[in-house]
Amino acid sequence: MSKMHLKLTVNGEAVETLAEPRELLIHVLRERLNLTGPHIGCETSHCGACTVDLDGKSVKSCTVFAAQAQGAEITTIEGLGNPDGLHVLQEMFKEHHGLQCGFCTPGMITRAWRLLQENPNPTEEEVRFGMAGNLCRCTGYQNIVKSILAAATEMNAAKEAAE
Amino acid sequence: MIPSSFEYHRPGDVAGAVALLSQLGEDARVIAGGHSLIPMMKLRMAALEHLVDLQDIDEMKGISVEAGRVRIGAMTTQHELLTSDVLAGAAPIVREASLQIADPQVRYMGTIGGNVANGDPGNDMPGLMQCLDATFTLQGPDGTRDVQARSFYEAAYMTDRADEEILTTISFDATDGGYAYEKQKRKIGDYATAAAAVLLTRDGGNCASASIAMTNLSDTPVWSEAAGAALVGTALDKAAVDAAVAAMLVDIDPTEDNRGPVAFKNHVAGVILDRAIARAWDRA
Ligand SMILES: Cc1cc2nc3c(=O)[nH]c(=O)nc-3n(C[C@H](O)[C@H](O)[C@H](O)COP(=O)(O)OP(=O)(O)OC[C@H]3O[C@@H](n4cnc5c(N)ncnc54)[C@H](O)[C@@H]3O)c2cc1C
Ligand code: FES
Ligand code: FES
Repeated sequence: MSKMHLKLTVNGEAVETLAEPRELLIHVLRERLNLTGPHIGCETSHCGACTVDLDGKSVKSCTVFAAQAQGAEITTIEGLGNPDGLHVLQEMFKEHHGLQCGFCTPGMITRAWRLLQENPNPTEEEVRFGMAGNLCRCTGYQNIVKSILAAATEMNAAKEAAE
Repeated sequence: MIPSSFEYHRPGDVAGAVALLSQLGEDARVIAGGHSLIPMMKLRMAALEHLVDLQDIDEMKGISVEAGRVRIGAMTTQHELLTSDVLAGAAPIVREASLQIADPQVRYMGTIGGNVANGDPGNDMPGLMQCLDATFTLQGPDGTRDVQARSFYEAAYMTDRADEEILTTISFDATDGGYAYEKQKRKIGDYATAAAAVLLTRDGGNCASASIAMTNLSDTPVWSEAAGAALVGTALDKAAVDAAVAAMLVDIDPTEDNRGPVAFKNHVAGVILDRAIARAWDRA
């Protein structure tokens, strides 16, 4: 089957690549664009390890065809922070032990980022409900929730200081 | 988990999509949010030559309420159903049900049209739409027609929709009175072991009208007319609620699967309906 010319904006940069329409977005990101932050946990739409932000929505990129993403704006964990400049969420996951093996973490943080854009002052219950599409087999979630709530506080304080 | 190859189309309007379906025949299928279709294609339980993506069709998006009638474009996502204040005012049961569907990521992509057109007995919206007595508007090569949700479902994955028709709009009357969507599931993101949609109105101390639909307890959603009738004119005492549950149990037809044996499903269906009626009555 012929490949299509895929044009995307990934982490703020315009990129072009060839891909078959049936390729899953997670494979395009990892194998064609070398963005290995988003992980493949289940590949069956259940675990959320592959979560990326697509046109303002948290999506499981194992359940989106490359063709559907044509023209989309995508943010992956690589677009949120890097080892020299961690995002507040990454800082807080580090500080509050929001990870153990780290496999679920890129998906967790990318999802939490969108959650905090939509609801900058979530309650603990809202965090748990909003993170229900992301599974973690290590932490028991307690410290993930703690990290996200701490990040919300930090982000709000920074916003206030800027105003 | 790689699906078979297909050719991809992205028309800009309904007419274009219908034309593609007519021209490409049975090897073509529309894709909305893809969150029922893609998992099936990855398992190769569905193999299609052509996918017609509806994402660019703006005339199929949005929610409006005019003169007491709610209209929802088929491409409206479950996330949008949850965040619409207009809809929360006109038919709060839709929000209550949407909150119990899948997880946030799935709800950002999954559409109401895909959920009701899919025909999977596990989907929550078909039963909800039967409870609301919703109308589905379908557009095909010969124009548009309306079908009631209560007569749309024929068997698992079999609906009244013809292959070259597209479901464009879902409409129903705004509700008043009490409502509840109650769902028993094994975990977040799971389909129902049993779910009940209930709408009730009150006249003084008595129930004036009742509509009851059940999900995942047969190969189609089940609108139980007899269960509703058992409540009307009563004060919803225990005898009336027990009669409604008994009538519902006659109408459903669950099968044994990994959610449990038939006796268990009947039991859960009864408990869920009992709870839904109590909650709806509280709000009536
Ligand atoms: C992990 C997970 C958990 C889930 N849990 C639930 C749950 O608890 N309850 C629930 O109800 N659903 C659940 N779903 C399904 C989800 O809600 C789907 O998004 C929904 O069933 C289908 O909507 P879609 O827009 O994704 O449709 P698609 O997958 O794109 O399409 C589904 C089918 O409908 C057809 N179709 C779509 N739109 C139209 C249209 N406008 N006209 C004609 N035909 C059309 C397609 O051709 C296809 O055959 C879950 C999904 C996942 C992945
Ligand atoms: S890899 Fe996509 S949800 Fe698990
Ligand atoms: S930290 Fe190991 S899966 Fe979450």
